[in-house]
Amino acid sequence: MTDIARRPAGELEAAVLAALWAAHTPLTPPQVQQSLGGTLARTTVATILARLYDKGTVVRSRAGRAYAYTPAVEDEAALAARRMHSELEKGDDRSGVLARFVSRLSPDDEQVLRLLLSQPQPTPKGASPDTSHESGSPSRQGAPEPRRQQ
Amino acid sequence: MTWAVWAPLLAPLLAVPAARRLADILAPRTAALLLAATAALLALLSTGSLALLTAAGLLRMPVIAALGHLSAPLMRRRNPIDMPVGALAALALVAVAVVALRAARRHHTDLLRAASAVDRHGSAGDLTVLPDPGADAYALPGRPGRVVVTAGMLRKLDASEREVLLAHERAHLRGRHHLLIVCADLASCLHPALRGLQAPLSFHLERWADESAATVVGDRRLTARAVGRAALAASAAPAGRRPAAALAVAAGPVPRRVAALLEAPRPRTPWSRLIALRPAAAIAAVLAACVLASGVSTLVAAHDLHANIESAQGPHEHDHGHDHDLVPIPG
Repeated sequence: MTDIARRPAGELEAAVLAALWAAHTPLTPPQVQQSLGGTLARTTVATILARLYDKGTVVRSRAGRAYAYTPAVEDEAALAARRMHSELEKGDDRSGVLARFVSRLSPDDEQVLRLLLSQPQPTPKGASPDTSHESGSPSRQGAPEPRRQQ
Repeated sequence: MTWAVWAPLLAPLLAVPAARRLADILAPRTAALLLAATAALLALLSTGSLALLTAAGLLRMPVIAALGHLSAPLMRRRNPIDMPVGALAALALVAVAVVALRAARRHHTDLLRAASAVDRHGSAGDLTVLPDPGADAYALPGRPGRVVVTAGMLRKLDASEREVLLAHERAHLRGRHHLLIVCADLASCLHPALRGLQAPLSFHLERWADESAATVVGDRRLTARAVGRAALAASAAPAGRRPAAALAVAAGPVPRRVAALLEAPRPRTPWSRLIALRPAAAIAAVLAACVLASGVSTLVAAHDLHANIESAQGPHEHDHGHDHDLVPIPG
């Protein structure tokens, strides 16, 4: 990931909220910082969390000396009722204006996709063969960099 | 009038396959713009043809002709469009107008509905997270546009993959891609053959956003992995409100997107690009010919109809003018 530190404030807030949602437990500012790849200053993360807390987007609880943050969710019952409601009002005559990140996969697609993702890293012009231990390991960022610099 | 007026109605049959072939060769951004522009242009021209046919048909009706002070027999002699054809064209015109208006309204209410559903949830910056365990993500256009992602999707991706997802959706918003989608949808309401441009358009828009995301994060392979894992997550745990019918695309665009990202980027030297684009030139010629023929035909047809009306008006106008001229002379 390119350095996140130079992003506009809104994008930083988005990244922090995404990290909180992705975690299954409340996160302290250092943990948030770490989950964002460690490129943001800890004070920046703390400031963003405080701002989100002020807006009511996240809630916090004491965790030792620091606060641990978790996304604010309304109570489950209200949520369930709401979901039911919106599902009812939403017919299936969707127009598809919403550009979705990924569309539905057919079983064949799924197979092809798994195959593609499990392909070993192509070694660009004798660069270091960064092979095998593959998809899902978040430690491989920047591995294909050599190719981009050509 | 005879042949010219039909050309724009038939042109999409040839232009649509040509545009699709051409789009597959071009870079995603160019391809998407080409498809949307083709759809818009051909739809306008074919609707213009329907309007001309309708007008020609109506003008043969004695009542209408009388209203326009046209000589009905002259009109009939010069105007080859039969009344039944005109009536059919009128029906078709009304039908496509109704369908297009309904589609436009549906887009509008869809967006309002989606926005109101999203409004009730926590957001930060341009991101709104829906507390849904299923995996889904989309760009919600508006002012400002928002990226909507479910909690289930965020939990399936690591930090760098989440960055890809956000960059992808931001590319949709920044490029105002929904306008192109709406444009193609309305076009396909106006001429059913243009429906064939919709799926390729949305594919190339996704590719465009994929490439933008890859530029932002600086890693094509990471982008490919994010798209692939998001798709697998979404098919393992579909989100509650995901529409069933709209996205059941049989051709499976996601593996093609992933494969394209895994490929080396296109060569950038002008010469290699020229060679790569050589087959495109032939297809582009076909497409351009179709659009040009439609445009010229519509103009010719409109001109013919105009001339026709003029000539049918002629005697009346002349008589009238003559009478008028005669008055001042004695005086």
